[in-house]
Amino acid sequence: MAANLSRRAILLVYTLVVAVPLLVVILGSFKTNEELFANPIGLPKSFVPENFIAVITGQDLGGAFLNSSIVAVVSVPTTLLLASLAAYGVSRMGGFWSWLIFGFLVLGMAIPAQTNMIALYVQFQQLGLVNSLFGLMLVNIVSTLPIAVFILTGFMKTLPKELFEASAIDGSGPFRTYWSIAMPLSAPSLAAAGIFLFVIHWNELLYPLLFVQSPKLRTLPLALLSYQGEYQTNYPLLFSAVILASAPVVVAYVFLQRYFVAGLTAGVSK
Amino acid sequence: MTETTTISAVKPPTGGIITQFRHRRRRNGRRSALRVHPALYLFPLPAVALLVAFMAVPLLESLQYAITNWDGYSATFDYVGLNNFVRAFTGDTLFLNALTNNVLYMLVVVIVQTILSLLLSLLLVKNSRGGIFLRALFFFPTILSSVSVAFIWRFMYEPNFGLLNGFLGAIGLHQFQSAFLGDDQQALYWVALVQVWAHAGQMMVVFIAGLQAIPQELYEAAELDGAGRWRRFTSITWPMLAPATTIVVAYVTIQSFKAFDLLLGIGGNPPKNSLDILSTRIYTTFVNSHFGYAAAESVIFMVLILIVTVLQRRILRLTQKQE
Repeated sequence: MAANLSRRAILLVYTLVVAVPLLVVILGSFKTNEELFANPIGLPKSFVPENFIAVITGQDLGGAFLNSSIVAVVSVPTTLLLASLAAYGVSRMGGFWSWLIFGFLVLGMAIPAQTNMIALYVQFQQLGLVNSLFGLMLVNIVSTLPIAVFILTGFMKTLPKELFEASAIDGSGPFRTYWSIAMPLSAPSLAAAGIFLFVIHWNELLYPLLFVQSPKLRTLPLALLSYQGEYQTNYPLLFSAVILASAPVVVAYVFLQRYFVAGLTAGVSK
Repeated sequence: MTETTTISAVKPPTGGIITQFRHRRRRNGRRSALRVHPALYLFPLPAVALLVAFMAVPLLESLQYAITNWDGYSATFDYVGLNNFVRAFTGDTLFLNALTNNVLYMLVVVIVQTILSLLLSLLLVKNSRGGIFLRALFFFPTILSSVSVAFIWRFMYEPNFGLLNGFLGAIGLHQFQSAFLGDDQQALYWVALVQVWAHAGQMMVVFIAGLQAIPQELYEAAELDGAGRWRRFTSITWPMLAPATTIVVAYVTIQSFKAFDLLLGIGGNPPKNSLDILSTRIYTTFVNSHFGYAAAESVIFMVLILIVTVLQRRILRLTQKQE
């Protein structure tokens, strides 16, 4: 009985710890700065979305939203495609080569971005990829390929070989078998890995910070960071920007929750 | 190790269709047609090519820069041997400051986050309706960008109007009011707690998967033998949770070294000394055009993460030996 009570007490306290800051942000986005400081947790006087309008009509965030979307729409599926091809090859070939190639592909997980970024920057400069969305896509793809290969190979290895063999007997080439058998069967893990990649690419800060100089090409985390400099203490405005920047991920979380949990915890097992 | 994170959504299909195919293969008996098709070796090629060009080559180049004094734009530079490394450990107070900060930050994050997420997982392991809702809520902050999380908590910690000081004042605990991020003695720890806030739910889910994989019979047998709650935890739960704990601790450690976004978001760019950790220090050195030296710092950084991860695995294995 006492144990049950303390369980409830701990859960209640932690619920408040998580929920209150989130509520403060949501309610605060409708307040003026004075209102927020005077009354941080109460309801706003009105729910007129003035701050949201100011953020959307301001020049920064709309463009950043578009840039982030373009980058994510290209880099997530491309990473999935390249990683699933590699995962399928590695899981089917077996033996020494499979071990070697898989080892090389996932070794990238052990290399911190900070170690690579210096030479990568020089390389991107030489190739003219600095200050371009294409460069950002490329670096997103490269940096998340190892973990994507790791997740997908783990799954594809559990697919029964007999299916692929039967498909070969029926005359399918390897690519057809990959595309019409392995990929559909891997749909749940592709969804989980895709969500994982989307969250990483959407929230990535370091690479845009390194590779994007023009304000026109800013992605959302970068735009948010510059917002902070501009509107140091205008918290309601910052809160509205945070809500708008997080909206796609939050909406996806509400509808695809189980893939989020699967994806973000599969990513943990590195 | 991965079985603890297998979630129902990513289980492979099994059942009738497979046995059917197996049967058919046996009857045909055409093993030779089933050898690995040579084209399969081409499948990993695009991924391998990209990683060679943009991961392996830059890594080798970084190692090369680390022994030079290159400034990033001059056409020439000198090889300086291990001078950069010597300088980092002996003469560079900024680097040593970041290193110390990073180790402290890591210790706080790893200890608090592991214990908290383990506690939450123990409380929420049962699949009740309310439990599932709370899991979803606790997991939620993980999906936000660190910059967003940084903004949220900069307001919580705001000394004059922020929520925390307001709350402490309202319940009469004025003596605990603090400047939080403004106090250089404490700032780092307050940021560490933000990192815990953001990712404890994610680790909780890993622990729950681990807990649900423990056979219930073990607990029933222990209860029959008269083992109390604590005894059941130390003799069954903790040792059986070894794979999940290893994953969580390793991941949280790496997260705490990679906390670049959060520190930049909370501490500004570049962050002040009391909020400077290795990843931000390397970045600052780099944007100040000390490419060679930044590369050396980044090599130390990589090796340090490797050493810490290996050490932890050893320590955990000692405490979680199964009886």
